[in-house]
Amino acid sequence: MAASPLPPPDPRFVLRGTQSAVHALHFFGGAEGQGQPLLLSGSLSGLVHIWSLQTRRAVATLDGHRGQCVTWLHSLPQGHQLLSQGRDLKLCLWDLAEGRNAVVDSMHLESMGFCRSTVLARGQGHWMLAMPGRGSDEVQILEMPSKTSVCTLKPEADAKPGMPMCLELWQAESSPRPLLLAGYEDGSVALWDVSERKVCSRVACHTEPVMGFDFDSQKARGVSGSAEKALAVWSLDEQQALQVCKTHELTNPGIADVKIRPDRKILATAGWDHRVRVFHWRTMKPLAVLSFHSATVHCVAFAANGLLAAGSGDQRISIWSLYPISSDSSTPLSGHVEDTEVGAHALA
Amino acid sequence: MDPALSAVRLTVREAIHTLSSCEDGGRVLSTLGSLRRYLSGAENPALPGEREEFARVHFSALLRCLVGRLSPGWLGLLPDGQVEELWASFFLEGPADQAFLVLMESVEGAAGRQRVLNVSRATAGHVRFSAGWLRPVRLLGSQPLPAGSSWNQIEKNGAFTAHRRLSGNEVCPRLGRCCPVALTIALLEHPAFPLAAGGWDCSVSFLSQVLGKACVPGRQSECFLSRGVRSAVWQGSHSTPVVCKLPEVLSRLLGNLVMKNKKAQFVMTRKLLFLQYQYSVRAWTPMLQSLLGYLATDSQRRPLLVQALKGLLETWGSCSAVRHAPLAQQCYISKAVLICLALLGEAELQDSRDELLTSLMAGVKSRLDSSLPVVRRLGMIVAEVASARLHPEGPPLKFQYEEDELSREMLALAAPRPAADSPLEASPVVTPEAAETPGRGSVDGGIPQALPEGSGSDLDSDDELVPYDMSGDQELKRSKAPTYVRDCVEALTSSEDWERWEAALRALEALVIRNPAAAREVSVELAKVLLHLEEKTSVEGFEGLRQRALVAVVVTDPAPVAEYLTSQFYALNFSLRQRMDILDVSAPGPSVPPVTPKLHQAAVRGPDSEGTRHLCAPRLQGSARRGRDAGANQFSSVAGYFFFPLIQHFDRPLVTFDLLGEDQLVLGRLAHTLGALMYLAVNTTVAVTMGKALLEFVWTLRFHSDAYVRRGLLSSVSSVLLSVPAERLLADPPHQL
Repeated sequence: MAASPLPPPDPRFVLRGTQSAVHALHFFGGAEGQGQPLLLSGSLSGLVHIWSLQTRRAVATLDGHRGQCVTWLHSLPQGHQLLSQGRDLKLCLWDLAEGRNAVVDSMHLESMGFCRSTVLARGQGHWMLAMPGRGSDEVQILEMPSKTSVCTLKPEADAKPGMPMCLELWQAESSPRPLLLAGYEDGSVALWDVSERKVCSRVACHTEPVMGFDFDSQKARGVSGSAEKALAVWSLDEQQALQVCKTHELTNPGIADVKIRPDRKILATAGWDHRVRVFHWRTMKPLAVLSFHSATVHCVAFAANGLLAAGSGDQRISIWSLYPISSDSSTPLSGHVEDTEVGAHALA
Repeated sequence: MDPALSAVRLTVREAIHTLSSCEDGGRVLSTLGSLRRYLSGAENPALPGEREEFARVHFSALLRCLVGRLSPGWLGLLPDGQVEELWASFFLEGPADQAFLVLMESVEGAAGRQRVLNVSRATAGHVRFSAGWLRPVRLLGSQPLPAGSSWNQIEKNGAFTAHRRLSGNEVCPRLGRCCPVALTIALLEHPAFPLAAGGWDCSVSFLSQVLGKACVPGRQSECFLSRGVRSAVWQGSHSTPVVCKLPEVLSRLLGNLVMKNKKAQFVMTRKLLFLQYQYSVRAWTPMLQSLLGYLATDSQRRPLLVQALKGLLETWGSCSAVRHAPLAQQCYISKAVLICLALLGEAELQDSRDELLTSLMAGVKSRLDSSLPVVRRLGMIVAEVASARLHPEGPPLKFQYEEDELSREMLALAAPRPAADSPLEASPVVTPEAAETPGRGSVDGGIPQALPEGSGSDLDSDDELVPYDMSGDQELKRSKAPTYVRDCVEALTSSEDWERWEAALRALEALVIRNPAAAREVSVELAKVLLHLEEKTSVEGFEGLRQRALVAVVVTDPAPVAEYLTSQFYALNFSLRQRMDILDVSAPGPSVPPVTPKLHQAAVRGPDSEGTRHLCAPRLQGSARRGRDAGANQFSSVAGYFFFPLIQHFDRPLVTFDLLGEDQLVLGRLAHTLGALMYLAVNTTVAVTMGKALLEFVWTLRFHSDAYVRRGLLSSVSSVLLSVPAERLLADPPHQL
């Protein structure tokens, strides 16, 4: 190791023009052999921009949230459909096929919080949606697209975990049973069994609210960030019990978002300290500190091809290309990228 | 007759003859040395048969002879106490029971009395005699008893009479007093004293009877009692097996004496509880626990315990006691209160709840008013514990105080003591088997398990991820700090941007020090801003930041800023906090210019409550030396700006500020500050004038009721002594100093 460390990397390119802080990012399409994916960004001003990564320009703008911040974007596996959640308490379903950009459906949210929703594909155009519910500590589960309420997950009266801050629905490969991971305001992460409506396990990861987490369902291991100065890595054992494996101290407090790359090699965090931190997922070894932004980084997203995007309060989106995914690795993609068959051509 | 036996007899007879008549030290020594062969511990012992005969037949006679010779003159025949050493060895190495009896006899009867009289004519001799007598008694205690003898025998054979005699002994009160003490100690320390063995009856009844006989009818009974008990308790507190049984021991020893005897009651419930705090602090707790435990062990005595608690709380609650009693006594009484509370039951407390609460509340109030932190904390701890016991149903009282050794110890006292035999009763709690995990079978299987680290597909090449340079990953500074002093002033006065405000506050001290010229332009304005600065957002270390900035300003531009600050001190519309700040800043401020930043650090801490102690500490002496080394003290030119305006108006009350009235805390701080200023004015020309003014100030306030103020005055006086040249101190007319 005689060589001095690599100089800190620069962004591959930067997307400007949202005219307001970027609060949500999502890569759309771009699976192997399908060319460059599209990048969707949701901004504080309520607009969703669709960026072409080839021309590096916005190709379309969706305005469906009446000027209120867009907090979450997610594309559905079937069809060219996009879900967007806004602070106007609306969840919009967009049809983006063949250049359309119309709201085909919308739902009213009951919660004023900042909690992002989550979906789980159930096949044949059905999907399950989890979103913050009416009660401040509740999570509501809906069957979509019929919008029938499946259940409401309410913590036991004496648990008092506070509001849910972030959610993730998933299901193990060997079981059809949907599970929900939820990070709560008191810093704990809970695993819900949706069909039994009960908490399987809950573990206190942080002393501050959990701001974001990501879960690797293959390794049954997750990582969460909070307002405090540490990342927590936790795992799920065979008894479905969550336990904290380790914590990783950070230089500055505050993590807004955590994402694991689809190939589960690295993970990225969005920091309140304007920096994006990249870690080796298996060992949690710090790999890079990306300082480009001049305001809080609100969100990070990985594309299937390994591109990393970070959206910040300084109205810019930086695109990074680090540790390229080796082409020969035939790693099956995990549940993060269900949108593989949605082609970029849909919007062309 | 067996010739060998008669040989022993002959030797002993000859030795006794020699000993009783001879005045030659060398011969006495050799005689005693030859007899030592018969003792058990000797180097070249005599035949076993001889030794046995000696012990059985001749030993007592020899001892009697030895005791008879005991006098200062005789003991002094040879230097270095050689004779005494040998003398004592006979008592210690021979059969203990005989030695004990002889010793008892020796003070009994007319002859014994006469001897004591003779001996005690000369004080030195008296002490010597007592010491000589007591030593074997004490040491005997640590010897194993010979088989076949028992304390019973000793008891029968005259220990009683000895003690009855002693108790009424007018001739030698010291000896009389020491006997029971020595006995008690000897017995308590005795390994054979069956505290552990369980053979209570002989020894405890013996001891209690001896003590009882000695103490109760005697003239100085309470004195005996207190000494005896105290020594017992005191000694006992050093050896663990005794400590845990002490209440029981006391109870066996004294029985219900406290109920029957007024004096004993007085000693136990008043004297020992209220006044015995001179003992070393470590002994307080075991001693109090033994005493109060003794009162608590018998249902007949428990009313006394309640009464004691009432008395204690009354004293504790008395306002004048808070002010005048020494701190040690306050601690002692607080501890006693806590132990009482732990010992008393719910019902007993409820019966006299109102009375106890009244005293408690009065005490808490006057303690919280005190300007000494330790007293305040005592009040808080006792209030917390007592209110929890007296008012278990109410919401718990909770004060905020820093935990230290004292508070932890006090709180530990408040927890009920385990009964003495609890270790036996406490069977190991069988922890229930970990509850069976509820059947999760229905869910199991579908859940992937966390794979061990580095297993499976993880073993591929991703270890090759090379980290980038992360040296730029520093703590984020939220807001750019202002670069100029003026910017700081602007940010502090008008900014609504709290990050900027905080950054300005943090940067200010360094800016002022770095650029004194710029700071001087706005110094008074800056001082004003800082003095009026309020903590609007929660800034960590706000007080310290503000104070350091103010000190920096004072140091940069002493005269005008001091003038401003001191003029504000007696102004109308200031809070106590601001006035205290003025004082805090005034004292350390001047110390900075002539000395190094290191002292600055020390000075920034300000004249705190430990000022007095600090004043005589090396820190300030070091500073004085430095001041002298540096030649002229730069403080000289500005000392007056600080000192005189502060001392001027202290006796003129304002509507909002009355130093001589309620604001005694500020007065105390003022006294400390003036002392510090005085100290710093060493080697200045104004020192003498300042010293005079300060002494006058001290003189007016010397009878102040508040301890903190008095400490401040003491610190002032000591600084006058240090700073004003000795010749001036002596030369000035006495009425001025």
